[in-house]
This record gives sequence, structure tokens and C-alpha cells, in this order.
Amino acid sequence: MAFFPHLLLAILEGTVAAAVLALSALGLSLVFGVMRVVNVAHGEFFMLGAMLAWWVAKMVPGGPAIGFIAALIVAPLVVGALAFVTERLLLRRINYDPEATIVATIGLMFVIQQLALSVFGADAKAVSAPFAYRIALPWFGFSGYKLFVVVASIVILLAVWWVLAKTKWGLVMRVTQFDRETATAFGIPVNQVYSAVFVAGAALVAVAAVLIVPIQQAHYLMGLDPLLMSFIVVIIGGLGSIKGSVIAAVIIGLADGIISMFFSPTLASIIATLAVALVLVFRPQGLFGVPVR
Amino acid sequence: MSKSKLIVPEKKRISRRSALKLAGAGAASLFAGPGFVRYAQAQSSEPIRIGFQVHKTGIGAAYGKWYGQTTDAAVKLINEAGGITGRQVEIIAEDDATDPGRGAEVVEKFATQHKCDVAFGTLFSHVVMGSAPRAGELKLPYYVVSEGHHVASGKLNRYTFQPGITDVRSQVISMAPWIAKNLGKKVAIIFPDFAFGYDHRDYFSAAIKAQGGEVNALIPIPPTETTFSRYFAQIPADTEVIYHVMVGPAVLTFVKELGEFYGGNHPPLFGFIDSLEAVSLKSPGLEFLEGSYFWEAYPRYAGAKPTEFDTFYRGKVGVDQYGASVADANDVSTYSHMFGCWETLYIIKQAMEAAGYKGPDDRAKMIEATEAITTIPEGNEHPQGDKIFNGKIHQVFGHQNITQVKGGVGELVYRTTIEEGMYEPEADYTTMAL
Repeated sequence: MAFFPHLLLAILEGTVAAAVLALSALGLSLVFGVMRVVNVAHGEFFMLGAMLAWWVAKMVPGGPAIGFIAALIVAPLVVGALAFVTERLLLRRINYDPEATIVATIGLMFVIQQLALSVFGADAKAVSAPFAYRIALPWFGFSGYKLFVVVASIVILLAVWWVLAKTKWGLVMRVTQFDRETATAFGIPVNQVYSAVFVAGAALVAVAAVLIVPIQQAHYLMGLDPLLMSFIVVIIGGLGSIKGSVIAAVIIGLADGIISMFFSPTLASIIATLAVALVLVFRPQGLFGVPVR
Repeated sequence: MSKSKLIVPEKKRISRRSALKLAGAGAASLFAGPGFVRYAQAQSSEPIRIGFQVHKTGIGAAYGKWYGQTTDAAVKLINEAGGITGRQVEIIAEDDATDPGRGAEVVEKFATQHKCDVAFGTLFSHVVMGSAPRAGELKLPYYVVSEGHHVASGKLNRYTFQPGITDVRSQVISMAPWIAKNLGKKVAIIFPDFAFGYDHRDYFSAAIKAQGGEVNALIPIPPTETTFSRYFAQIPADTEVIYHVMVGPAVLTFVKELGEFYGGNHPPLFGFIDSLEAVSLKSPGLEFLEGSYFWEAYPRYAGAKPTEFDTFYRGKVGVDQYGASVADANDVSTYSHMFGCWETLYIIKQAMEAAGYKGPDDRAKMIEATEAITTIPEGNEHPQGDKIFNGKIHQVFGHQNITQVKGGVGELVYRTTIEEGMYEPEADYTTMAL
């Protein structure tokens, strides 16, 4: 393949990778930002969302488009409900202690993984995209649905930004993030805010999974990749900074697309990991993070 | 009221400790009696225990499920016919998570904890590589169903056999002449980046060269990869044939993205059915495969005239004429691999009976009996076809099939002779100590 089409494919692939990264990291970033806890089971919420998308598509008659829309409603509701239960029965009991939360959510991760294995089985499940459109370029074809994922992730990111920046809900969340004690003193029900944020984070990652699963496949071990990549994005972008996460996702996604196309995917992974290490050494709060007070 | 009246006199009192002792002794004597009898009869009536190393989880899970179903069907049949040397067969299945480290632990458990007579059933080549040395050290006969060339290469040991499925080297050397003659001579190879894929890379490259062809691109893909378009960009424009073989949970995405990348305008495709095992050829997005060719060890689609043995085997395993589960047409089997479990179990039976196998002390005799097998006739026990076993390299040789996708099913276009897949043996396990 000549240089230009090669570069074009690399940029397209990189843009899709960036969109997938930003979408899957969004929930983690939100939870980390407001609650200052790391949810290791984040990847499993993603996997559950994908599994539910498969299940709903199988159950709902009327073709992939209707199944897709139904999954967009069902998956965030179910995963959100699970997150609510987790928050009440697990995180609240350990008082959102950061270390204890890591251990508890690692446990939760294994529980969800094994439950998914027992309920859905071990084989990979394909979910049809809501529409099949192949963009035929002179040199190669590209999936129209992949570009739809890019557009959808931009819309979702803008929506989340709007909620955080422009609504009273967002204000409450930002206040809680800024200073938990002062927020309590001003009568903000911090516990309820935590509940809402944790549920919203899980619901967001479930939506991301429903969008992404047609270009991958649902599989009970699929949560690991989004978890690791989300961590990388959140660490580089700055803990709790949505803007930072998005910029980090774009940088990593594009770099991954281009490096893995012109050199090798292994090199791309090495560079991403190296970037995390460098950021941790020279700017522990991330590119756009504020140091923890 | 005086307390003493209520107290049992000291001598007659049974303390908790003595009561436990008594109960324990009673229980011991209860077990000792039948236990002795059991021991005396162990040689004749204890079941033959076959440790089944199965990929229930991990990247091999889709295969593991069908290996399990085929193994259960064969064992049921063997037991109904009286078992092996008159003893019933018991399968002890352990998940190895498709992981070489776990694999070695599972083999160890079979030998020491479960007291299995033999171990069997491993598919993924890296797990075989990880497990076989331990089986050799423990002197546990280990019958793999893997396709890898590692057994025949002489790199493993006297206790490891592959008598139920042919190896990749044999498969690719029998395919190369047909590909060069019918599809083209400039071949780009897409293969999984581990042992099994390297067999394809090395032996196909050599085989196509021998036909006057050349490999113009080698494209390795990690088996855990989830996105593939980037790899297709490496296929040179002057490629005459794309040779693909993929494994792992993402095979369907792999083939779909190949279709998106090329659309209808692609070089001829020759795939190993591994790229689509457990996946329906009629899946949405796979329409572009129409007219392309596949290697199949055992054609998934029964065709117009299946053999009576094939019909028998499908019926017992619970697979329809399209290679899908009779219970669920969307549940497609790993048809080109799982027959290896069925056929291997019958080889184990044959070897044990020839050796007069009574217990683990006869393992050496069983090894020699397996090595002595030469020709294997087609039949209900070997429904894929007749085979030739080479005892020196512990590897079986058989017919290979080329199918073409027509109307969403793979129609047989060519079946090789056994000789087309033969090569000079590189090793001789029989000279190794037992």
C-alpha cells in the first residue's frame, strides 16, 4: 500500500481507537474524580454491558437496529443497578477507603467474571452492528459503523461535559470533588452524590460497551483491556479530569493507530506504557490533573 | 435434691473423647472391611481413569466446549460396548485455562492426585509445549489432540503422542501444490503469533517455494488481538493468494474486518478453517467469503453423500449436517478438530487392550503398544477416514480436504491422499528410555 492510503487508514484506525478509549475511560475518570476511589471492576461493568447487548439483541425481535436501541436502554439500567447495589453493600461499608476499595473491587471483578462465564458461557459472542455500511475508498474499505462510534462518543463526551459544567447536578459533583467536608457543611448529601456518580460511571461504561461490542465481540474476559487502557488514559490525562482523559485518549489512540500501522502493535503498547511511567515520574497528577490536597 | 443422683457413676461415664474414639474405631472398621475387598479387586473392576486436559476457559474455550461434548459421546459409546479391557472408562476433566503454566499443573494433578492412567485432550500448542515435559517426567502417557508439529518434530518425549489428528506440517505440505496450481504463487500469510502459527509460517513457506512460488508477506497477529484492519494494510498489492489462519475469541471480527477491508474485490482467499471454527459461515458480514477456499480436516458440511461413519458420528455427538448443534443451529461446532478426541480415545482403547493394561505399572507396555500401531482403518471409531500412524515420531497421517464456500456452506472440492501429507521423519522416540 502506498504511503498516503496507509497513513489515512492509520489515522482512521487511530481515531476509532481514541473514541473507544475515551468512551471506556469516561466512567472511570468520573468516579475517580469525584469519589477518589479506583474501581477495578470497571472493566467488568464494560463486559457486562457488552454481554447484555448480545443478550438483548438475541431476545428482541425486529433486527439488529431495534436490538441495538433496546440494548442502549437495558444495558445501562442493569449495570447501573448493579453499581448501585455495589455502592450500597460494598463501598459504603468500607467507607470509600481507597486501599480497601481496590481490594474489594478486585474481588468484585472476579465474581462478575465468573458469573458471566457460568451464565453466558466461555465462547465469544458476535453482535451485529445496527447498520452495515462499508465506506469504499479507492484503496481499501472501512466500516461505516466505526465512524458512527466516533461520532457517538463525541456526542456522549459533550453531554457529560455539559452536565458537569452547566447543570446544578454538575455543580454539586464538582463541589463534592473539590472538598467533601465543606460540601457536607453546606448541606450537600455527599453519600447520595457518591451513589449517583458511581451509578452514572457504570451506566456510561455500559453504553460505551453497547456501542463498541459490534466492532469487537462479547467475551467474559474482554473487560481486562478496557480496564488497563482506561487506567492509562486516566493517569496520563490527570486523575478526575475529563478534559485530560479525552486529550490523553486522542493522543494514545492516534499514536497507537499510527505506530502500530507503520511499526508494530507491540511497539505501540511499549510506548503507551512508557508514557504512563514518564507521566508518573514527572507529573504525578497527570497532564491536566490538580494535585490531591 | 442432691446433685449426685443425677450424675452417672464415674466408671460408667462415657466422656466425649472416648465416645469419639469409639465412633472413630467403628467407622474405621466399617471402611476397613470393604476397603480390603476393594483393593483386591482394584485391578479388575476399578474404572480406567482418563485425565482430560480441557480448555474450558481462556482463548481456547470454544474448542474446549466441543472437545468435551465429543469426548463424552465417545466415552459413553465405549462404556456401552463394555469399556476398555472390560473396565469402565471415567473421564476426569480439568480446566487448564488455555495456559501453559496451568497445563503443567493439571498434568501433575492427573498423575499424583487423581491417579489417572493416562492424560489426554490438549489442543492449543503452547499448552502442549508447557505440559508435555511434565508428563514425560511423571511417566504419564499423554495423548494430545493439537495439530502442532511439536510432537512429530522430536522435541517432546516418549510419553507424548498425537494419534488422532494430523499435524500442521503435514496439512500445509499437502495444500501447497493445490494452492500453487489453482490459486496463485505469490502468497501472503496471516498467522497467529505463537507456536502453532510458526508451524504454518515455516512449513508453508518451504512448501510453496518447492512449488516454484513465494511468500511475499508474513503477517503475525497476537492471538489476543481484537482489531485487525491495521494488519491487512501490510498485504502487498501484488499478492495472488491470501493464506489466513487465526485462532482465539476474535476470529469472527478478524474475518469480518478482512471483508470490510477488501469488499468483494479481494485476491483469492485460502483459509484454514481454524479462522472460522465455532463460527457460522452464514454470519452477517461474511458474504464476501463466497467462492473462497478452506482447508478442513473434516468437512463441517456433510455434503450430498456423507459416509455411513460420518452420519453415525454426527448422530452420537449431536451435530447436524451443517456442523451445528442439533439443539441450537447457531451453536456451530469445531468440526475439523474435535473428531480428534473421538479417534484418540479409540486409539487409547486399542493400545490398552493390545498391552493387556491392568494399571500404571503397565504404562511402558502401553507406550510400546501405541508405537506399534501402523494402519488405522476408516470406521465408526475413525469416521474422519483411514490413517497411517508413525510410531517413531508418535504422529498420525491422514487425508486433508479443501472446500469451497458455495451458498454459505463449504462444498468439498478436493480430498488429498494420505501420501500427499507425508514427510521424512526427523526423529525417533522409540530409542528414548521408557
